[in-house]
Formats: sequence, structure tokens, C-alpha cells
Amino acid sequence: MSAFVWLTILTALRILARNRMRAGLTMLGIVIGVAAVIAMVSIGEGAKRAVQAQIATMGTNVIVIFPGVTSASGVRGSQGSAMTLTVSDALDLKKRIPLLADTGWAKRDVMQIIYGNRNWNGPINGISPSYLTIRDWSFTSGGPFTQTDLESAARVALIGQTIVGNLFEPGEEPVGAVIRIKNVPFHVIGVLAPKGQSAQGADQDDVIFIPFSTAERKVFGTSFIGSVGAMFGSTDQVEDLPMAAEQIREVLRSRHRIQAEQEDDFTIRTQVDIGKVQEGTSETLTMMLFAIASVSLLVGGIGIMNILLVSVTERTREIGVRMAVGAKRRHIVMQFLIEAMTLSLVGGLLGIVLGIAGAKLTTLIAGWPTIISGNVILLAFFFSLVVGLFFGLYPANKAARLNPIEALRYE
Amino acid sequence: MAALIECEDVWKIYRVGDVEVQALRGLSLTIEQGEFVAIMGSSGSGKSTLMNILGCLDQPTKGRYRLNGIEAGNLKPDQLAGIRNQQIGFVFQSFNLIPRTSALENAQLPLFYRGLPLKEQRAQAAAALGRVGLQGREHHYPTQLSGGQQQRVAIARALVTSPSLLLADEPTGNLDTQSSQEIMKILETLNRDEGITIILVTHEVDVAAYATREIVIKDGQVLSDRVTKARPTAIPVGV
Repeated sequence: MSAFVWLTILTALRILARNRMRAGLTMLGIVIGVAAVIAMVSIGEGAKRAVQAQIATMGTNVIVIFPGVTSASGVRGSQGSAMTLTVSDALDLKKRIPLLADTGWAKRDVMQIIYGNRNWNGPINGISPSYLTIRDWSFTSGGPFTQTDLESAARVALIGQTIVGNLFEPGEEPVGAVIRIKNVPFHVIGVLAPKGQSAQGADQDDVIFIPFSTAERKVFGTSFIGSVGAMFGSTDQVEDLPMAAEQIREVLRSRHRIQAEQEDDFTIRTQVDIGKVQEGTSETLTMMLFAIASVSLLVGGIGIMNILLVSVTERTREIGVRMAVGAKRRHIVMQFLIEAMTLSLVGGLLGIVLGIAGAKLTTLIAGWPTIISGNVILLAFFFSLVVGLFFGLYPANKAARLNPIEALRYE
Repeated sequence: MAALIECEDVWKIYRVGDVEVQALRGLSLTIEQGEFVAIMGSSGSGKSTLMNILGCLDQPTKGRYRLNGIEAGNLKPDQLAGIRNQQIGFVFQSFNLIPRTSALENAQLPLFYRGLPLKEQRAQAAAALGRVGLQGREHHYPTQLSGGQQQRVAIARALVTSPSLLLADEPTGNLDTQSSQEIMKILETLNRDEGITIILVTHEVDVAAYATREIVIKDGQVLSDRVTKARPTAIPVGV
């Protein structure tokens, strides 16, 4: 049997080589289908990985709690406009929920920052020191401020890369410099490592951190002392996030004395929730690509079937001869199936090469990250095999059912 | 000793629309091992139908056909294919070589379906080509060969399995006189020296003259059946 299969494959290849133009056109559908799958999935995977990396810049296992919205005579303010979350909420959460590794808080406002003869309008964040660890901020020079700085409302600042770029000369060391925020002088004690864009597309490096107490008392001029813009918590395990979020909700509801029928006056988002929204988008995209790819594989398959039907007709006499010298039905079926599969496999291989080239070219030209996974290549290979098998069956059976006498007489 | 071919009251009835065509009408025939039979008859006489049945390409509607003791009438298509592969070699009027395939590969074809190892297929096919005088032409394509040479490839293809029966359907119909003579001499030699049973269909009297027995078919029945020459190889009586 193996000699038979081997020779049949060789014969099929020879037939394809002889009708290169025809074989090429026949395979085109498969080539395009497979190439589309590979290129698209590679781009999709690259985009997904980029989004995941962005989400990871949030920190590790982060829960974000925003205050609710204000409501005056039924007119609602923007999210976070209410002053319902406080520092004591955050401290109490940490005390009462063992799942939380840490809690932090922050409040932000955009203000003018001045250094020498330059100025920049950037978001000033008054934060608890724990915020830095929760959000995984690291430093390129200098270091974080401490609990003592917070308690003493020290005038120290940590600045992000965008701020550095806008206020300092290239090569100038910001640590040790004195910048002024709303005319209050601050010592720069740390430069933050870059994080790039957030999952929402915001520049995360356009940021200044100062101790929460300093911000409250010396910069923002807050009317409600102790109210925060957002609270942050983190857990040790990703799996604990939903449970921790639920417990935070219960604690906050009881602390805020919210009745059973009333809505929360805060919003809780975990890193997993945020990730899901992004993954949902990329999954929709992936499904669409698969739909396009299946259509083109289907069309490719029909192309193969069509050309094989032509081939069966053209080679009726040959089939008759083969039958006369003792080819059984399965021999004829195998011959045409192998031809179909050779077509679809060669098409699939070309498609894989083209797809990889397409993905690489996308990275090269558009600068999109692409990830070529071995699984997709295997899948594409497998699919082209199945397409050949499926669409080869009908012509193969048609050939095998020929009457040898009529086939021999066919002109 | 059972005869190689035994036809008993063989009928073949086709239906073409509403019309019933009786191609063979109760034909009976016995052919012994080692005979060289020429079957003659006008077109429409049923000789092609008979050849198809003898070659196990077709089956009788009624009656019995036994080849080498095997009842061929009740076999399934794949079993018939097996018999054709093991017992029968075909030579056609139009050669029926597979185009764009070398002489060697054409001669190899029946062995291909026997599932022999490739080396053995090649060796046997080359030997068969040698027997018909085509040494050195193994790798020629049909288009590179003359008609006579193509028919010799076809004979090699028929011989390669060492069949008990060689069916030649107007093997010289498409050949010039000289090539015809060459082909007939090859067939005669195969019959005389190797004892291969040959059944030959022909219109031409001088081609039929190579045979040792002449059967004329008319209207689906045997019209005449006569021995024209002494049997080349003496078959011992009573074996």
C-alpha cells in the first residue's frame, strides 16, 4: 500500500507541475484563505498581547474603586464627582478584608508645574505611598517617598517621563531639582520608569506624584479633607479579585449606610473586568476573521472540487485503463483524493508562507506587533488538509463509479 | 482438466430507453488453455460484448461464465477488478496508454495495483518491455514512440502480470501493415513459446490467420467455430 500511496503522490505532483497555471489558480482560494488566517491571527495575537501588556501596566491584581456620581435635583454629575470615598474607608477596608494585600488612595488635579523658565500643565496626583506598590511603579532614578513624608506633608515629588521631557533639558538629572506646583516648591526625589499608554490610550507617563496630605493641604485646597478621587486595592492572587471586590462592596455599603434598595455610591472595577472588555473586542475581531477565512477556504475548496471534476472527465479513458488492469474502487478514490489533498496542501503551505510574510510586512510597515503562533500554522495546515479531503470526495467517488467499459470507450 | 474459458448459454440484454437489445443470445463457448483464438464478426454481432464479458469488464445477464474455474457472473466490481489484475491482460485497438507517463510506468501499472514493492514493479516491467523488444525505451513517453511501439508497450503491460488470458481487441486496427505484422508475430510467439492463451478480435482475415482457431459471431451467437491450424503446443491427452 505504501508504494501505491507514494507513487500516487508523485503522480499527483507531476500532474500539478504539468498544469502549473491551472493548479495555481485552483489553489488560489486556499492560498488566500490560509494566508488571511495566518496574517490576521498573527496581527490579532499581537494586538491582544499589546493590550495585555497595557493592562499589566495597571499593576498586579488591582482593584479600583471610584466614588459615585453627584446628583442634584436628578441631574447627575460625572463619574467620581461625588466625595463619598475617604481615606478612612481605605484604611478600614485594609483592616477588615484580609484578602486585600494593601490599599491605597489618590486624588488628582491638573495644574501648572514650573521649572526654571519652562512650564507644563500636568496631572498632579496626591497619593498614599502604598499606591506606588499597588500600581507597580518603579524608578529610573531616585526613589519613592515614605509614610513619614505623608504624615509630615513633605514637599517632595515623583515625576513621570513625559514631565521630565517637557521640563528638563535632555541629559539633565531631575532628582534634586526643585519644581514649583501652584507656586509651592517641591523637591524632585524620584523619576518614574516609563509605562507607556494605558489600556484606554492615556499617557501614563504624564504624571506627578506628591504625598496625599501635601496635595490636600498645600496644593489642591480641598474643601472635604480626607475625601479621595479613587481608591486602590490589590490581592496576592488573581483568583481572589472577584471575592475581594464583593467584600469591598459590602464593607463600603455598610460604612456608607446604604439601604438594601439603594444603589452603591461607588463603582468597583478589577483588573480582570478591564481585561475582559479588551479581550471581548479582540475576540469579536478574531471571530470575524475566522468567518472571512472560512468563506475563502470554502470557495477554495469548491475551486478544487470543480477542477477535479474537470480532471475526472478529461481522464475518463485513463480511469478506464486503470480499472481494466485491476484498479479497485478504493484505488481510484485514493488517487483523486490524494490529488485533491496535494492541491490543498501545497496551497496551504504557500498560504502559510504568504501569511507569515504578510504578518512580518505589517510589523515592518505599519509597526503593529504581530505574533506568529505555531498553533495557527498547524491549524491552517490541518484545515487545508480537511478542505482537500472534503471537496475531493465527490469527484473521487464520481471517478470510482465510472463503468470501465464506457470509460474505455470515452472520446 | 477444466477449460480456461467456459461460457454456457450466455445472454446479455441491454435496455436502451424502451428498446431491449439482445447483444448475446445464449452463446456457449469453451476455450482451452494455450489456444490462440480469433473472434470475427461484423459490427453489432455481439463480439465486443463477448470480449467485455470474457475480460471480466462486464457480466452476463443470464447464463454462466467461468474463467479458470471461477464463476465470474456473481462477482462484485472489486472482485472482478482483482481477477482482471491477476488473470487477464488487455490489448486495445487504440493502445490506451496513459499519456505523459513513461513506457516503464505504463507497463508497471497492473503491478502498481498489486501493491508490489516499487523495485520489483520496475524490474518486472522492464523485463516485460524486454520481451516485446523495447529495451532502452523504458523512459520514452507514448508520444515519443511509433504506433507499433506503443502497442508493444501495451502488450508489455498486459504481459507483466503473467496472465492466463490475453485479450486483444483489434490490436492492429490502428497500425500500418508492417507494424501489424510485428505485433502479430509477438502475439504468435507468446502463444507458441510461452503457452499464453490469446483471444483476438479482428476484422482482417490475414490477422485472423495467425490464430489457431476461428470463431465467427453473428447476432449474438456462434455462427462457426473451426480449428484453422494445428495447436502449436501439444497438450497431452487426458491430463
